[in-house]
Amino acid sequence: MSLRGRWRKFVNAAMLGITALFAITTVSVLFFILGYLAYHGGKNVTWNFFTRLPAPVGEPGGGMANAIIGTAKLLFVALVIGAPVGIFSGVYLSEFGGKGPSFFVRYTADLLNGVPSIVIGIFAYAVIVMRAQHFSTLAGGFALGVMMIPIILRSTEQFLKAVPRPLREGAMALGSSKWRTVLTVVVPAASSGIITGVMLALARIAGETAPLLFTAFSDRYWSSGFNQPIASLPVMIYTYAIGPYKDWHEQAWTAGLVLLGLVFVLNVATRLVFVRKIAAFS
Amino acid sequence: MDRASTVEKQQNLAPAYVGQKDVPLPESPVGTPKPQFKISGLRVSYGAKEVLHGIDLNVFANVVTALIGPSGCGKSTFLRSLNRMTEVVRDARIEGEILLDDESVARMDVVKLRRRVGMVFQRPNPFPKSIFDNVAYGLRINGYKGRLSDAVEHSLRRAALWDEVKDQLGKSAYALSGGQQQRLCIARALAVDPEVLLLDEPCSALDPITTAKIEELLFRLKSSCTIIIVTHNMQQAARSSDLTAFLLDGQLVEYQSTRKLFTTPSDPRTEAYITGRFG
Amino acid sequence: MPARAHVAELAPSLRPLRILWDRLRRGDEIAHVVTLIFASTVVGITALLVYQLWIQSALSRQKFGWAFFATRVWDPVAGQFGALPFLYGTLLTSAIALLLAVPLGLGTAIFLSEFPLARFSDAFAFLVDLLAAVPSVIYGLLGIFVLAPWLRVSVEPVLSSRLGFLPLFRGPAFGVGFLAAGLILAVMVVPFIVSVSREVLISVPREQREAALAVGATRWEMISRVVVPFAKTGIIGSVFLALARALGETMAVTMVIGNDPKISASLFAPGYSIAAVIANEFTEATGNLYLSALIELGLVLFLVTFVLNGLARLLVLATAQRGSIQG
Repeated sequence: MSLRGRWRKFVNAAMLGITALFAITTVSVLFFILGYLAYHGGKNVTWNFFTRLPAPVGEPGGGMANAIIGTAKLLFVALVIGAPVGIFSGVYLSEFGGKGPSFFVRYTADLLNGVPSIVIGIFAYAVIVMRAQHFSTLAGGFALGVMMIPIILRSTEQFLKAVPRPLREGAMALGSSKWRTVLTVVVPAASSGIITGVMLALARIAGETAPLLFTAFSDRYWSSGFNQPIASLPVMIYTYAIGPYKDWHEQAWTAGLVLLGLVFVLNVATRLVFVRKIAAFS
Repeated sequence: MDRASTVEKQQNLAPAYVGQKDVPLPESPVGTPKPQFKISGLRVSYGAKEVLHGIDLNVFANVVTALIGPSGCGKSTFLRSLNRMTEVVRDARIEGEILLDDESVARMDVVKLRRRVGMVFQRPNPFPKSIFDNVAYGLRINGYKGRLSDAVEHSLRRAALWDEVKDQLGKSAYALSGGQQQRLCIARALAVDPEVLLLDEPCSALDPITTAKIEELLFRLKSSCTIIIVTHNMQQAARSSDLTAFLLDGQLVEYQSTRKLFTTPSDPRTEAYITGRFG
Repeated sequence: MPARAHVAELAPSLRPLRILWDRLRRGDEIAHVVTLIFASTVVGITALLVYQLWIQSALSRQKFGWAFFATRVWDPVAGQFGALPFLYGTLLTSAIALLLAVPLGLGTAIFLSEFPLARFSDAFAFLVDLLAAVPSVIYGLLGIFVLAPWLRVSVEPVLSSRLGFLPLFRGPAFGVGFLAAGLILAVMVVPFIVSVSREVLISVPREQREAALAVGATRWEMISRVVVPFAKTGIIGSVFLALARALGETMAVTMVIGNDPKISASLFAPGYSIAAVIANEFTEATGNLYLSALIELGLVLFLVTFVLNGLARLLVLATAQRGSIQG
């Protein structure tokens, strides 16, 4: 073989090897994160962590029960705001909207999707906190809900569009009107996909910190109702990580592990369910 | 001679397409057939492309009418314009007149029209619901007042599916075999008690045994409703229909009693098609 | 149905009413309007967001004008607000991030798109998606406790002794600073580059690949001379998306950049970014001008990411269309 031919073969092997190495590097970051969190946070995953309030500043011990409930409450508010708007808008884009208006709405949603989360926080601050003059669960949930809308909207639209035309025609041929066809056939057929989109949107916002800093703020005690500041896992991780106490750092690792667990379980579970449903559908 | 006058009338509508003056109509189980659909000058186009170039044809009550022709000849489009399913497609334009029992289809409430003219599609398209809910779907959306379970059983019996599914009505329709799914779709269409049943190549996705079952079913159904079936399978048309219309390139070439069309076609193009020289 | 019979018996002059009644009864118009209202909400919220950023930053915009972007001083006590240190920090850290993330992400995407086993490639891509799902506060946590100490002890001293002739690598090793923030950002944006680039690379028509192989190209030559050039615009789009992410990323950067509004040539030095200063000082902002200046920074962030996202989408779309026309 000529020298040039050998050189080409060498370059080929070397470059392909490098891409493989890069791919392995990328994925190993994931395993590093998982492993490190499991190692540092795992030893403090105790019953107390889930059931106790934070200890008074400077004292060791305590848990993050209020932050766990707080995250749940914030996600609930976000879901109540984001899911209906996202799903109904998705139905509009897929079923009712004309070309022009649909393009405009889709474009706006993509724009909203790209807005940095800290800017969404400013927005929620301006429209809720400034007016009410205090931080609240509602403001934090609103910020997260706004972030959910474009994600849910696009996935709903996609899954509705994937519903085969013969199904729609089957319903229309029975004398079903359009809205009825959508409600009784198209949406049910796409329901697992729509739910997947909502779950993935939840997973995406569950770990958001920036939009909560000056909307939900934080709290070291239980927060009742929806009109008071509230603690959340991500904000607690942040506060504890930059705090001066060793014990806080330990708890930040633990909270990080719990949060990552929540996000990953949401991701993996929805994908597994979704893959099975899609297989059953075709 | 009522029958002959009907034929006369039909020929008046479409003198160019019917080859012979004395087309004998098939034996009909209900005596004298009456025209149920009267179609004249039907043109359908999608966007700039015209698919049907002016069809004149009468469809007779309680008769099985088959539409044959090579793929792309417009037979499906013709069928879909009868219950205005063409409207589902964007940019579809329909000209000409379709009368159902002397009432213009275009001016009818589309929901009412589709309840009277049921449709079964090429591929079984059961909804992702239970067997029961599939059959009950049309009844529910039309606000049926009677006992749903009776109506569902009746429709499943008419579609010759009852014995196979009576113990599993709550099961997903997707659990059924392809042939069962198609009969379920027929049952679903029959549930609202349509006067006409349109079938768009209902057996193209099915095996021969299931196909035979469905053909037998059609034969039994024609006493209670008018059946129009689109098929590219000439044996099927010959076996299961009374009248056959041959379409080519968006035009009606020949419309005849099935036996006549397949034995002594009057148009050379029909002969070429049925002897397999093209299509 | 007695109600219907009743309607049918109406006088001819009332026919239009009947038609309207029929359409309403069928409900399609209502459903259309209801979904349209929700869709308009999305547009409304976005418009309100832009409006709020604009009016809430009015005070700062009027007081400082364009000089806001050229002023190096950020002194809340004196009421002096200049955005330059934050712009510098944001751009510098994002540049470091892209410098590292583009080769890493593109290499990974090429590997995944060329890998013969689709199932393996999909599983791998799922892991990359999980990487994108890791909350940024967790990256920050690792940044503070793992990356920054490692940089301070092992990396920065070595860099400064070997490459100290460059101003970039001079100065005391802090650990936290531009380099740490850039590195964390690089890891965070790689998944975006991978997933978009992989899609774009996969959409390159098979004929293009086969044509290259048929004239005797090696696999790498096919990739570098045919596949990547074909997908070029889409890949650039993915880089823009990643850049938009990096510019707006808040928590991880806030935790490792050092939070010091200074402009330093050294990558080891602490700095500040737009998002980080908003996160840190927003709740402490006393006085309307202070708050207004922070919101103006938010407005800047919004505008920059808006433009970048728009460009990215156009580029990705262009490649996808090219693929579908030729493929």
